[in-house]
Amino acid sequence: MAEAVDLKAIGTRPIRPDGIEKVTGRANFGADLNLPGMLHGKILRSPHAHARIKSIDVSRALALDGVISAVSGKDFPEKSGNDLGVNIIARDKVLYDGHAVAAVAATSAFVAEQALALIDVEYEVLEPVLSIDQALSDNAPLVNENNHTNGDTSKPASNVAAYQIMSRGDVEKGFAEADVIIEGEYRVPTAHQGYIEPHACTAAMNEDGRGTIWCSTQGQFDVRSNTAAVLDKAVSSIRVIPSEIGGGFGGKTTIYLEPVALHMSELTGRPVKMVMSREEVFRATGPTSATLCRAKVGAKKDGTITAATAWLAYEAGAFPGAPIGPGCMSVLAPYDLDNFKIEGNDVLVNKPKVCAYRAPGAPQSMHAMECAIDELARELDMDPIDLRMKNCSDEGTVAPYGPTFPPIGLKACLEATKAHPNYQKAKPENGGRGIAVGFWFNIGMQSSAEVRIAENGGVTIMEGSPDIGGSRASMCLMASETLGIPYEQINAHVGDTEGTGYCNTTGGSRTTFATGMAVIQACEDIIAQCKQRAALTWDLDVDQVDWEDGQAVPKPGVNADVSPLSLADIARSAGRTGGPLLGRASLNAQGAGASFSVNWTDVKVDKETGRIDVKAFTAIQDAGKAIHPAYVEGQMQGGAVQGLGWALNEEYIYNDDGIMENAGFLDYRIPVASDMPMIDTQIVEVPNPSHPYGVRGVGETPIVAPLAATSNAVRDALGFRIYDLPLSPPRVLEAIDEQENA
Amino acid sequence: MSSYSYAAPTSVDEAVEVLATNAASGQRTQCLAGGTDVLVQMSSVDREPRLLVDVKHIEETNAIDIGNNEIYIGAAIPSAILNENEELKALLPGLIESADLIGSTQIQGRASIGGNLCNSSPAGDTIPALIAVGAQCVIAGPDGTREVATEDFITGVGTNCMSDSEFLLGLKIPRPGARTSDAYLRFIPRTEMDIAVAGAGVALTLDENGVCTAARVSIGAVAPTALLVQEAADALIGTNVDDVALQAAADACSAAASPISDKRGTVVYRRKVVGVLCKRAGAIARDRASA
Repeated sequence: MAEAVDLKAIGTRPIRPDGIEKVTGRANFGADLNLPGMLHGKILRSPHAHARIKSIDVSRALALDGVISAVSGKDFPEKSGNDLGVNIIARDKVLYDGHAVAAVAATSAFVAEQALALIDVEYEVLEPVLSIDQALSDNAPLVNENNHTNGDTSKPASNVAAYQIMSRGDVEKGFAEADVIIEGEYRVPTAHQGYIEPHACTAAMNEDGRGTIWCSTQGQFDVRSNTAAVLDKAVSSIRVIPSEIGGGFGGKTTIYLEPVALHMSELTGRPVKMVMSREEVFRATGPTSATLCRAKVGAKKDGTITAATAWLAYEAGAFPGAPIGPGCMSVLAPYDLDNFKIEGNDVLVNKPKVCAYRAPGAPQSMHAMECAIDELARELDMDPIDLRMKNCSDEGTVAPYGPTFPPIGLKACLEATKAHPNYQKAKPENGGRGIAVGFWFNIGMQSSAEVRIAENGGVTIMEGSPDIGGSRASMCLMASETLGIPYEQINAHVGDTEGTGYCNTTGGSRTTFATGMAVIQACEDIIAQCKQRAALTWDLDVDQVDWEDGQAVPKPGVNADVSPLSLADIARSAGRTGGPLLGRASLNAQGAGASFSVNWTDVKVDKETGRIDVKAFTAIQDAGKAIHPAYVEGQMQGGAVQGLGWALNEEYIYNDDGIMENAGFLDYRIPVASDMPMIDTQIVEVPNPSHPYGVRGVGETPIVAPLAATSNAVRDALGFRIYDLPLSPPRVLEAIDEQENA
Repeated sequence: MSSYSYAAPTSVDEAVEVLATNAASGQRTQCLAGGTDVLVQMSSVDREPRLLVDVKHIEETNAIDIGNNEIYIGAAIPSAILNENEELKALLPGLIESADLIGSTQIQGRASIGGNLCNSSPAGDTIPALIAVGAQCVIAGPDGTREVATEDFITGVGTNCMSDSEFLLGLKIPRPGARTSDAYLRFIPRTEMDIAVAGAGVALTLDENGVCTAARVSIGAVAPTALLVQEAADALIGTNVDDVALQAAADACSAAASPISDKRGTVVYRRKVVGVLCKRAGAIARDRASA
């Protein structure tokens, strides 16, 4: 760990390398690529939530002037009939409103769209499964007749794809020791990531069997392997070039269009471009899970929590894969408990297959538990911070999911909250204040980086992590710090699958931690090479050379009458000392440090309309070490607004037939700027011992606490609790009316 | 390949001729002012070819005339122009506020009251405000111009009383006299960029003692068309527009509403909130009239 006082670049706030291209509109996004002879592809989507496909006839579409190709599920390789492939194009059944049924490629998008209306599909409509309650009920229709919980075929088929349990101690004994027990059942609706840029790609297959895909993605290497799997091709036959990305938040960690476009390109010999409409994004891509969570917590009069249980059920959509793992890992992570039981259920419903969304699974389960903890504080008449302080996880606590926490920042965040002027300030008159803790474990995984030195000493970082949150600036800052040269001398590029080493997808708040570590190691490789070159130049041993402030110098005590050699000096003469300077590193990063947060918000409720006005919001979070504090604050603010939106108005609305009724930003209500107060932030820095500069991922944690913080604030304002989200005006007014009539 | 055609007449006669000729040919016609509804519909839900008749290059659709007895607002005047007109804002604060609620600042550079009215959505924000101030719609057609009260202009969800060869020229509003003012409020879950879940416009006149001598109350987004609620006006007339009278007007609005439950709100919710909006808008109009 470098000493904080020594840092020169890290912790500063320079402009981002990709900034000018974005603010001038020059940056190329997913839909910006056009190629000569290109066709436009469109997808025909299911109008039913659940139906058997009896027949598909594309002949009338193919007969339309300008239509070059029309395909359906049967045209795709047999082998791709796994969940991913069937989600991309349906085979025998459609499983949700918007499920892709067929596709056309035509000379214009308009013709392609007209052709969709000429595809004849005969359906046998089946009863859809539209909620967790329905899915778990006796005699519920089955989304998938072959699904058995955890693959156990000795049990009857079920809508529960997976069940998991984590436990410690004896919860019955723990609850028996409790003076107070709080129990509640909480529902959180399906939420969309709200990225501005719809999914888009262009694909071109060559006659030699090699294909290229240009697309907007959080992970070009996953697009490559997933597309190869769906089309039964060799991974190395496909090149994926990531564009700039107009938001992802987890939603661009999978594929939808790419195999369809590449397949139609192979059939036609022409490039095929596909761009989703906003409606398609809502109906057919992966949001995060709607959930039903039961939380129970017991404590002694002094606030010591004696036991806690959480029963979680998450909608997976039509295919297994709800984030119950992270939901279970997170729900009790802030607490040091002797007795707990956490159960998770991955539940199939006839809705789109869920995808990652910022801290996948954690906001929902922690909403339930942090509301329960809030009720516990009320029942015990304890300050909610003091209650958490008394029970909080700290260094040495064994996390509910197994490992023992190294140094973590939860206590520091709680202390910072108590000391914060916004917390000491009185809450608004007739308003309420709510507080909650957030958590994300963070991940490491595989990353590669190259650092290339130009003849003038300019530094190019080549890495493979699409930049969704300012990571290129962070890479440049870490390189600047490590190499000891100015930030402005460095540029960072996100390479395509042929141009850079393998990187796992940008997600789970891994990039600044893991790819950052690869960049640091690649810079250290450069420094080692520079010391060798200097030693060669000076006729010294390499261990007689130091690297200081961006230049090679003889070590103290070494008798050499030489001038320091800068990176530019060494680069200029690199041809004479062994060739170009090229540093590299590849790793599987271990020790991603968990990031805790404390959020609180002040609200007022219009009791005649049920409208909630968010008056203030403060987020405190442990960043380990903030490489670029402005972008850390930006993550905290963005996550807070997404969490507030989810708490207040965001939800997927389906009719009784399972058709989505609000597939657009008009009626899927993410907050507008004027809805939000200033999101105040405070970064806490408890360094992660596993990272050279102490970095913890910061991108996920910010969305976790706002849900419960908002619920708790509304509870405080109203004097009674509304258990379900969103706290939309009709729900709040109905609850107020019920309370008044009770 | 299908295509659109476009005409930009510069006089009322020319516009009427283009419309009549096209209507006779059986081709679809749609008038275009700022395009904030039409262009969005064309790029999303309804791409069928048509003749677009751009009516904003005609003098009468672009005029504002504040007369001693009557105020005229051209149908194509963008909201942004109205919002900047201090005299209009002083005379018709509720109506101008309703125009200021449509879309974002950028959208308001194009969006017009006339367009909002011709789009004829049940949730159009300017419509209850226009009904409250007693606006007459001036319609140009082959037989000259005719005038229709706003509450009679709209005939259903997305439909109005104009034929294919007619277009909206502008709006005539009686100039508010002494101690007369108006207010419009809508409810949306957000603070802007949204569509009314319910709306209420109130215009009223007070005498020297603060007693209401005339009132018009209109509600929106709670029925297939915006409604003029006479019972609500009657509840205010003859009172000091105090809380009791306002509550009676609110109850009349709730009773008059025949809303639907949809993604934007339930029947129960809309019924209740439209009353709350009437009450609040009535209080604002009263305070303005007595100021």
